[in-house]
Amino acid sequence: MNRTLETLAPFVLVAVLLALWEAACRLTGVPAYFLPAPSAVAAAMAQDWALLLASAWKTLSTALLALAFASLTACSLALIISTNRLLEKSVQPLAVALQVTPVVAIAPQVVIWAGLAHPDRAIIALAVIVSFFPIFSGALTGLKTVDTDLERLFDLYGASRWQKLTRLHIPSATPFVLEGHKVAGGLAVIGAVVAEFVAGSGGSQGLAWRILESSNRLQTAKTFAAVIVLAIMGAILHSALQGAERSILRKFKGR
Amino acid sequence: MSVVASLTAVEVAYSGRGVVLGPFDLSLTEGEIVALVGPSGCGKSTALRLLAGLEQPSRGVVTRTPERGQTAVVFQAPTLMPWADARTNVALPLELAGMARAKAHDQAQEALAAVGLEHAAGSKPAQLSGGMAMRVSLARALVTRPRLLLLDEPFAALDEITRRSLADDIHNLWTQTRPAVIFVTHNVEEAAYMAQRVVVMSANPGKIAGETVIDAPLPRPPAFRTSEVFRDAAEDVSRDLAKAMGRTQ
Repeated sequence: MNRTLETLAPFVLVAVLLALWEAACRLTGVPAYFLPAPSAVAAAMAQDWALLLASAWKTLSTALLALAFASLTACSLALIISTNRLLEKSVQPLAVALQVTPVVAIAPQVVIWAGLAHPDRAIIALAVIVSFFPIFSGALTGLKTVDTDLERLFDLYGASRWQKLTRLHIPSATPFVLEGHKVAGGLAVIGAVVAEFVAGSGGSQGLAWRILESSNRLQTAKTFAAVIVLAIMGAILHSALQGAERSILRKFKGR
Repeated sequence: MSVVASLTAVEVAYSGRGVVLGPFDLSLTEGEIVALVGPSGCGKSTALRLLAGLEQPSRGVVTRTPERGQTAVVFQAPTLMPWADARTNVALPLELAGMARAKAHDQAQEALAAVGLEHAAGSKPAQLSGGMAMRVSLARALVTRPRLLLLDEPFAALDEITRRSLADDIHNLWTQTRPAVIFVTHNVEEAAYMAQRVVVMSANPGKIAGETVIDAPLPRPPAFRTSEVFRDAAEDVSRDLAKAMGRTQ
């Protein structure tokens, strides 16, 4: 009983808010380009669902591709760097600089480098850049966060550097790497959307383009529809990554 | 009886903390169980790491006759790999030494059986109780049939009942291969029950404050805990310890 109530509560709240919003729009007669009523947004979604789904898939596949690429490069780089302290010290400031630079600031230049005819490439590159850091720093922290007594034990039994890396450091890093991927997944979507905004061309028809297009035409209901689809997609991706993280960790630790 | 490992006039100094141990002498002969008792920070664990070859002294001489792989350590915590099941954890020392996986796992299974955990071979550390995890750690230490076994407060995190049964397990396992054992503890009764010789240390810097020989054969029956020999030994050790504490205060 209590559980059902807890599950239902957020839906009830959303329904109440939507009803208030609908009522406010109808009573005040606010223009639709300024604030469309929920019913208008729903109508826009129903009308454009095929287009919205295609765009969502475009944005999602871009983000996933970027995530895969960032994962590969970040993990390999962390692995190489963790073996050498000097290398780590020299790379760290660069990695931090990359992380703190807002992606919007470098996006225009990346779009030019990728070639104005290939906005797809620029978008993937930018999504890779933003999702790189959490995986990289997670992997690097994980590779270095090893139980000291366990490391002593490996030393005691004369483990080689390779044995220590594959049997101690890499497994120890796994939970950190998974956490990094969860964070990076969300950032990859943000990166893809921001990049598409900056690229500002219809060459890649992701959700950001749907938002740009409709908002330029003052079709605010369509803008809302695209934003909602984007939010739902982000939530699905987040919970999928979280679910994957949990199930891998459960298998990893046996609990 | 030949000497398995010894520390002669060793000193250990850390930058910022000065001399933490020494000058300190200790030697272990074959098949002997020695307990090292002392207040926190007296350098017990440091002495243990010197004997294991995990740390080098600032001064003095460390001799160790066991070859690599013939020394085993059990730490205060079970120190198991959380991602690996009990069998894989126990097989680790053998696999690191180059033994084929299947053979190492067979021997690990036997070592687990020796500590009464054959049924838990496939369990991960998180699925084991504290006492069980400590037994796995013990099985891992014994799987290589070490000549020198170093126990660094292995019972510190366990309850009294588990401590007692693990103490008896260690005695029984010891009779099979008779390694030289050094056993670090805070607990006077535990030291008197476990060891043939109890060395008491004082702190700042760690030095020997007294030594008690307990002349009773191993393994010892539970009734030994109420015997006169045990009571006398515990009293001697307590007196040495009180003296050691007095000196540091």
